Amino acid sequence: MGKTNRMTNRVLTVVLGVLSLAWIYPVFMIFFNSLKKETSITTGTAFELPNAESFAGLQNYVDAVASKGFLTAFWYSLVISITSVVLILLCCSMCAWFITRVNRWYSKALYFLFVFSMVVPFQMVMFTLSATADRLHLNSPYTICIIYLGFGAGLAVFMFCGFMKSVPMEIEEAALIDGCTPIQTFFLVVLPILKPTLISVGILETMWLWNDYLLPYLVLDRTKGYMTIPILIQYFRGSFGKVEMGPMMASIMLNIIPIIIVYLAGQKHIIKGVAAGAVKG
Amino acid sequence: MEKAIKRYWPVFVLPTLAAFLIGFVWPFLQGLYLSFCRFITIDNASFNGLKNYIYALQEPEFLHAFGFTALFTVLSTLCINLAALAIALALTREIKGTNLFRSVFFMPNLIGGIVLGYIWNILINCVLTLLGKPLMALHAPYGFWGLIILMCWQQIGYMMIIYIAGLQSIPNDYLEAARIDGATEWQIFWKIKLPNLMPSITICLFLSLTNGFKLFDQNLALTGGDPAHKTETLALNIYQTFYGRSGAQWKGYGQAKAVIFCILVVAIGLIQLKATRSKEVQQ
Repeated sequence: MGKTNRMTNRVLTVVLGVLSLAWIYPVFMIFFNSLKKETSITTGTAFELPNAESFAGLQNYVDAVASKGFLTAFWYSLVISITSVVLILLCCSMCAWFITRVNRWYSKALYFLFVFSMVVPFQMVMFTLSATADRLHLNSPYTICIIYLGFGAGLAVFMFCGFMKSVPMEIEEAALIDGCTPIQTFFLVVLPILKPTLISVGILETMWLWNDYLLPYLVLDRTKGYMTIPILIQYFRGSFGKVEMGPMMASIMLNIIPIIIVYLAGQKHIIKGVAAGAVKG
Repeated sequence: MEKAIKRYWPVFVLPTLAAFLIGFVWPFLQGLYLSFCRFITIDNASFNGLKNYIYALQEPEFLHAFGFTALFTVLSTLCINLAALAIALALTREIKGTNLFRSVFFMPNLIGGIVLGYIWNILINCVLTLLGKPLMALHAPYGFWGLIILMCWQQIGYMMIIYIAGLQSIPNDYLEAARIDGATEWQIFWKIKLPNLMPSITICLFLSLTNGFKLFDQNLALTGGDPAHKTETLALNIYQTFYGRSGAQWKGYGQAKAVIFCILVVAIGLIQLKATRSKEVQQ
């Protein structure tokens, strides 16, 4: 058994190694293309490494940052992601605690509604949602988090509820009997226990928010120049004349680099978070 | 305890509930109502009966988008789950570099749909050019397969993580007992690993089916529906009906299509959950 097993493992390692190179290649390809001159980026030569003639240095990056509004888009993306994630984590964990601890018909109805909202496709509400957001002035990067709290609540409440069912009630009861108000109990007792779930939900929601395209595209007031990175990248390709491949590739790279840095720093949490999120589902 | 918490409901529930009403419940109900109306903005809606639905169910583009999405969803679900399961089985065999491989395969999930779409648009079009074939925007089957490749590249890593978690939660005693009784690896896979993996399979199938059906960003960026709406998924078709065509009738049609789409997605999710849940075993 030992010998054949070692052989298969070796073969598998080689196969997986080749596969993972193929997995990285597309990103690598964008990287070396982003270093080429605008005129040298054509459909036929995307596989060629930049040479002395086509090498443009960091010109595309300078272009993207200086003149194409990348920094503004980056800033808005950052603001939207951070405010929304914080709001979702705080409000949804509180709401989920209420749902699991108050065992009445309305908590069950509310839970069912949240789960239902998870499955409903965005196209169902996109038109009416953007109209509602306009009417309530929730169409700026600083207020769109309210919309995200509403539309992203489903997943968060669902995951928090799944976890809270397994937390023993006795600790909370003891805190209440000792004179804590429910608010103190929640922040001093429940929230620390919830920490791993907070991380999981936070990661899943951040992955969604940072990359979301259609919701901010429809909700944000574009006449005021509000845009996120995905909107900016789509804008390069948009229906307005020629595609600016150079700055677009640079923007794609500038979008990917922070993601990869965050991923490398916290990949243990991210992978655990995804696995936990799925198992709770 | 219940009473004490209940009194504090404005603190605990109200913020989420208010946002949920604004961000989901109200738009959902309004959308449901508008699907029976002719409108350009919400204020000028006039009741239209079932006309929108009748039109939507007869529009060839919508029906084509339905067929396209269904075929895409089935194929991509199969490819993604088979490949993810195979990789997960390989990575739970204690080979060197497991963590590195896992990180690499998961990486595309962190990149958004729009960006993924453009990356693969450039890559696939380059391959096609070098092979002397028409570009994706000119030949629908290439767009279809491009979309499948893209989705596999993105989703395999995610499903793999779920399968690995499932495989690791199978008690080692089961596997050891089977080995002592002389079971082959093949038998162990079919008789022990697979039945115990059913919860993971349920989740992965559910996720890949609904993701496939709801696909929008990747489709918009990879092919944009070209050529001539032949590679449009349902979500993109609805979007185009709303924002890509001018005329008073289109928004109503779009909303009716969205309702049909919503019913489809919810139904698929429910049926699938029920079907695989019944095959799960108790550990």
